[in-house]
Amino acid sequence: MGLITFFLLVLFAITSFYLGYFRSNRVRVIEKQRPFSLDKYYGYYLAIWSVVPAVIILFAILIFDGFIVKNYVLSEFYSQGIDQSEISLLFTQIENTRNGIKLFNSEDEIIVNAVNKLNYIEGIFEITSIITVFSVSSLFLLYGYRKINLNFDARLIVEKFILIGFFLCSLIAILVTVGIIFSLLYETVRFFSQVPILDFLFGTNWSPQRAFVRDAADAADIENAFGAVPLFSGTFLIAFIAMCVSIPVGLLTAIYMSEYAKSSVRNTAKPIIEILAGIPTVVYGFFAVITIAPFIRSLGGSIGLDVSSESALAAGLVMGIMIIPFVSSLSDDVISSVPQSLREGSYAMGATKSETIKKVIIPAALPGIIGSFLLAVSRAIGETMIVVMAAGLVANLTANPLEASTTITTQIVVILIGDQEFDSPKTMSAFALGLTLFVMTLILNFIALRVVKKYTEKYE
Amino acid sequence: MENKVKVCVENLNVHYGEKQALFDVCMDINQNEITALIGPSGCGKSTFLRCLNRMNDVIDICKVEGSIKIDGQNIYDKDIQVEKLRERVGMVFQKPNPFPKSIFENVAYGPRIHGLAKDKTELEEIVHTSLKKAAIFDEVKDRLDETGTSLSGGQQQRLCIARAISVNPDVILMDEPCSALDPIATAKIEALMEDLKKEYTIIIVTHSMQQAARVSKKTGFFHLGNLIEVNDTETIFSTPANDKTLDYVTGRFG
Repeated sequence: MGLITFFLLVLFAITSFYLGYFRSNRVRVIEKQRPFSLDKYYGYYLAIWSVVPAVIILFAILIFDGFIVKNYVLSEFYSQGIDQSEISLLFTQIENTRNGIKLFNSEDEIIVNAVNKLNYIEGIFEITSIITVFSVSSLFLLYGYRKINLNFDARLIVEKFILIGFFLCSLIAILVTVGIIFSLLYETVRFFSQVPILDFLFGTNWSPQRAFVRDAADAADIENAFGAVPLFSGTFLIAFIAMCVSIPVGLLTAIYMSEYAKSSVRNTAKPIIEILAGIPTVVYGFFAVITIAPFIRSLGGSIGLDVSSESALAAGLVMGIMIIPFVSSLSDDVISSVPQSLREGSYAMGATKSETIKKVIIPAALPGIIGSFLLAVSRAIGETMIVVMAAGLVANLTANPLEASTTITTQIVVILIGDQEFDSPKTMSAFALGLTLFVMTLILNFIALRVVKKYTEKYE
Repeated sequence: MENKVKVCVENLNVHYGEKQALFDVCMDINQNEITALIGPSGCGKSTFLRCLNRMNDVIDICKVEGSIKIDGQNIYDKDIQVEKLRERVGMVFQKPNPFPKSIFENVAYGPRIHGLAKDKTELEEIVHTSLKKAAIFDEVKDRLDETGTSLSGGQQQRLCIARAISVNPDVILMDEPCSALDPIATAKIEALMEDLKKEYTIIIVTHSMQQAARVSKKTGFFHLGNLIEVNDTETIFSTPANDKTLDYVTGRFG
């Protein structure tokens, strides 16, 4: 029914629009006076009345019809007292048969009957829903049409509907965020019912595949398998290396771009730097594995160091390169927004350019610059692809950047790749890790935004 | 009695790209006097002022021709170091622009950069005298480590004056220093200028003709990039030689 209903609705809306439009036109001619609003607003007004209730009803039908259909088809089985799980299985079989998939029992009489019943009720549902929707719409349309007269201000009402539309859109973003949190929270709580939260946060041994061997491992062993400290340390180690690259390079780039570069240089160089941010992270991963890692390995070898082929250093360096544009363009913005009068004040005291930058501009822009660092850190912590490809998969509690180490994001990927049973603690641990990550970046972003906000207030 | 000439400007032409902002300006500015520059907006008086400490160097498209001699030396000579020049020629801006640092650090900024103080006590000495000369010391002496931006507008402007005199310049340029201030703060700054002229040569750009009449000994009138007339302030405001000047000072145009 979807496509037809949709087209009918659009048609209905257009018709209503012109109804309103011409109605208002006629009022103008009869009364020889201008109505409150422009003609088109009366059109919009009627279009809203004809479509909005219809859409609401359609949504309600969409949500409830599956439930009602299922209950109707299965009603006789319920009365026969068949077990709940068996009924669900039966319903799946009925649906599959209806969709043309041959099953072992597709020829059974009860199934064939049920399929007929299903087709019948769905057909009725389709017709009745279309009739209901359009009769309700017509009623509303009539109501709206009768309200149009000289002193009726359709513009204000259209304005209100537009406001509601905007509000609903922003609500969607918020609801999705809340939804993500709750879905994570639900699985995480289930996980922590099997593994104590303290063992997760402070345990130093991460080997979730061990928890798979249910019979061999006793409960204590399961608990020992989910110590996330090696993941935290790996995450922070790699993020730290990345920041060591991106902070100095990014900040100095920003200073050069905002203070020294001529506008011609700036206009070419800035977009090129920002391309760095547009390169897919998989490509960075390639670069880390194929170019940087062997290079570090041979460099380390030449001075007698044993470098593993997957190292935190390689991943961190490449991640740092990826983050440079975040630091540089945000810092560039805050440095450029330092008022020109401060620069002039400093030059007028006989300070050179670099003295001015060091002693006046950087201190004045510092909160904003720190804000950009924090945003970059949260980006580094959440980065996945580069570390999956270049940092290694083994949870290894080490502070040595030359060894392989793993991160929270990598482990989530490793755990969730392939087929999973969704009640094993191994799978659920991914959600706990996800929530931990979410909370960490949330806190960092929160601090960053506060710091940046404090800065912007200062000069206004 | 005439004071000796401190700044001597000859045939100054300034271009911003294609547009010429100043035409053949010649002007002598006497030592230990206040010289006021008046004229309608966009007439070039601020450009002129900013040539005197080469602040226009910052603007790429700005070309300066002619000579400006301070104590007989052309400040546009190649061997003049612009930072050293600005140490000698201080500037106070239209809008108070204290650095977002403490009051102490604001004033200590110049002396630190130019290495004027050997140790901390000497630096404190310089900061305190500068604040005293700028007639703001009594108001801020108990809160020298609060930020400069926390002061009121008039106090901020006096802090900026203290900052300018902390490196002990010869000349102080003031670009409409009172335009952002109320009459009381303006009166304080004007009184301060009266004190400061004993030690420094002051050149002030102002939109307020009353202010020019009150504080300055000599006044120059700019119009469309030309220095129309420069003379004793009294003459300018009573019997100017040029009709345009008369129109301007009597409020008939501008």
